[in-house]
Amino acid sequence: MIRTRPREQGAQAPPSNLTRRVLTSRQTRLGLIMLLGMILFTIVGPFLAPHSPTAVIAKPYASPGDGLLLGADSLGRDIVSRILSGGVNLTWMGIAATAGGVTLGTTIGLVAAFAGGIVDTLLMRVVDVLLTFPTIIMAILFVSMVGPSRILLVILVAIGLTPGMARVMRGAARPVMRREHVMWARTIGLPSRHILMREVLPSVTSPLMVEIGLRLMWSVVGLASLSFLGFGVQPPAADWGLMVSENKDGLAIQPLAVIIPAACVALFTIGGNLFAEGAARVIGRTEGARS
Amino acid sequence: MAIETTTDNAVKAAPTPGPSQRSALPWLIARRALTGLVTLWCVSVIVFVATQAMPGDVAHIILGPSASAEQVAQLNQNLGLDQPLLSQYWNWLSSVLTGDMGDSLVSGQPVSELLAERIFNSATLTAIAMVLILPLSLLVGLLAAVFRDRLLDRSYLGTSLIVTATPDFVIGSLVIALFGTVVFKVLPPVSLIPPGDVPWEHPRQLVMPLAVMVLVGVTYLSRLVRVSFIDVLESEYVQLAIIKGLPMRRILFRHALPNALAPSIPAASIMAAFTIAGSVVIEYLFAYPGIGSALVDAVAGHDLPMIQAIIMLMAVAFFCFNQLADVLGTLNKSR
Repeated sequence: MIRTRPREQGAQAPPSNLTRRVLTSRQTRLGLIMLLGMILFTIVGPFLAPHSPTAVIAKPYASPGDGLLLGADSLGRDIVSRILSGGVNLTWMGIAATAGGVTLGTTIGLVAAFAGGIVDTLLMRVVDVLLTFPTIIMAILFVSMVGPSRILLVILVAIGLTPGMARVMRGAARPVMRREHVMWARTIGLPSRHILMREVLPSVTSPLMVEIGLRLMWSVVGLASLSFLGFGVQPPAADWGLMVSENKDGLAIQPLAVIIPAACVALFTIGGNLFAEGAARVIGRTEGARS
Repeated sequence: MAIETTTDNAVKAAPTPGPSQRSALPWLIARRALTGLVTLWCVSVIVFVATQAMPGDVAHIILGPSASAEQVAQLNQNLGLDQPLLSQYWNWLSSVLTGDMGDSLVSGQPVSELLAERIFNSATLTAIAMVLILPLSLLVGLLAAVFRDRLLDRSYLGTSLIVTATPDFVIGSLVIALFGTVVFKVLPPVSLIPPGDVPWEHPRQLVMPLAVMVLVGVTYLSRLVRVSFIDVLESEYVQLAIIKGLPMRRILFRHALPNALAPSIPAASIMAAFTIAGSVVIEYLFAYPGIGSALVDAVAGHDLPMIQAIIMLMAVAFFCFNQLADVLGTLNKSR
């Protein structure tokens, strides 16, 4: 039934087209390559580590040499191995939190825009309350009580991403609700879920794509910062954020133990931002001003 | 760091359009105050639920697994945890509202006393940072707008993209490595302020945390200034002024500046809000004795009343700055 309906003018381009369009920008390509590269690095890394990331094999802050390419950290563990093993949690937790937050936020935003009225008001009030807590503060609040479980952190960061996402998607979806194909679908009484998934969602892929890049960056920033504060991945496990705080007192002796993990986090998040901003620019240029 | 979510959206999308838009300002403010109170009440419920009403035994979390049954019972009684939840909440809320936040479980001193100096230190740091950020952002944003799409602007945009994406603790660690310990050893790598001293008696200790805050803040704010300057410079009346041959300096400062300033003011308030969240990381990194590092210590020491007080304080301050931004944004629009 859907398929027989004539495609009206101005209907959104299919997503594959959007992807191709967005990838015409050099900045977006660079961002995507950095992101994928870092993800690959964190996944393959643990298998390449020459030593166990938790084994004490040298003196604390031992200098490079003796088979240790970068030397040893504050407890005498191999820095190379810890860097290679220290990103995988960030990757899966960051991606999981982004997926959760984006899905939840998009759902809330679309439902609010679709339903309107009291549902819209209520949902947006809930969003306002959630916005009162900066993600990191909310995470600290719950972690302090429940303990730093990784699943909990993913859920907390996802909840932290949700309200902003909901606002953006609601804003993007509201004009779509007045389009003919959506009104048509509503008139003939298609189920709401069907309308949201098949008629509305495909029309908001552009902001969605930008937001996914941004949210991925924010969840990695948030998770790494929590790790740095000691509320994320717990010692003795290797984790970039944790490595920075573990080794910061030895910065004068062994600067690489701080700078390299810090740079790894930065490469990851900068990749996300390059992609998001590049995509936003391409979309802005080809579709007119965003939102 | 990422000045997080919603910031941009909040500026753009914040004022919920409704029938009130054209009504009188006092009514608008009253409505905001009311929804604000409801929101803050929700916040207090969240904080309470997260800390006291969590499934599991709070006393065990505080005392650790090796605590005896008597100790647990004693603590439960001290904290009022043996009472029904609703009355616990009521007691807690009423004492918080009267400014009594209980005693610290670690030192036994009143929380309000312990926090007073910390709050003062954090507020001082934030205030100095804001004083530096505002004019700098204006200058940077203006320069970038005037030299739009030229080398200066492009390198500015590239830098800001990187700074925005980089977590505060990474920037901070690099700054410490650069000026504190590894390359130039000119500044103290930690910002310990002895208790009883006011922060500005130790200016050298403040330089690095301030540098990080200013870098992050200017990056965020100047981008908004740049965009609004570009909008103004493309507007008809500025174009006309250029055609008329008015000197560029006069156009920029007399005509463009006031109009470009307006959209940046709510953004500045949002930035202040995010400084509060960012302060946790920066204060911890530099061991600066503020409210953010107090929170990290309190969590490490399972100091429940401290955690509750600090998080309530941060949420309220964060909320107030965000509300202020919303109101300022609405005022701008209605003008």
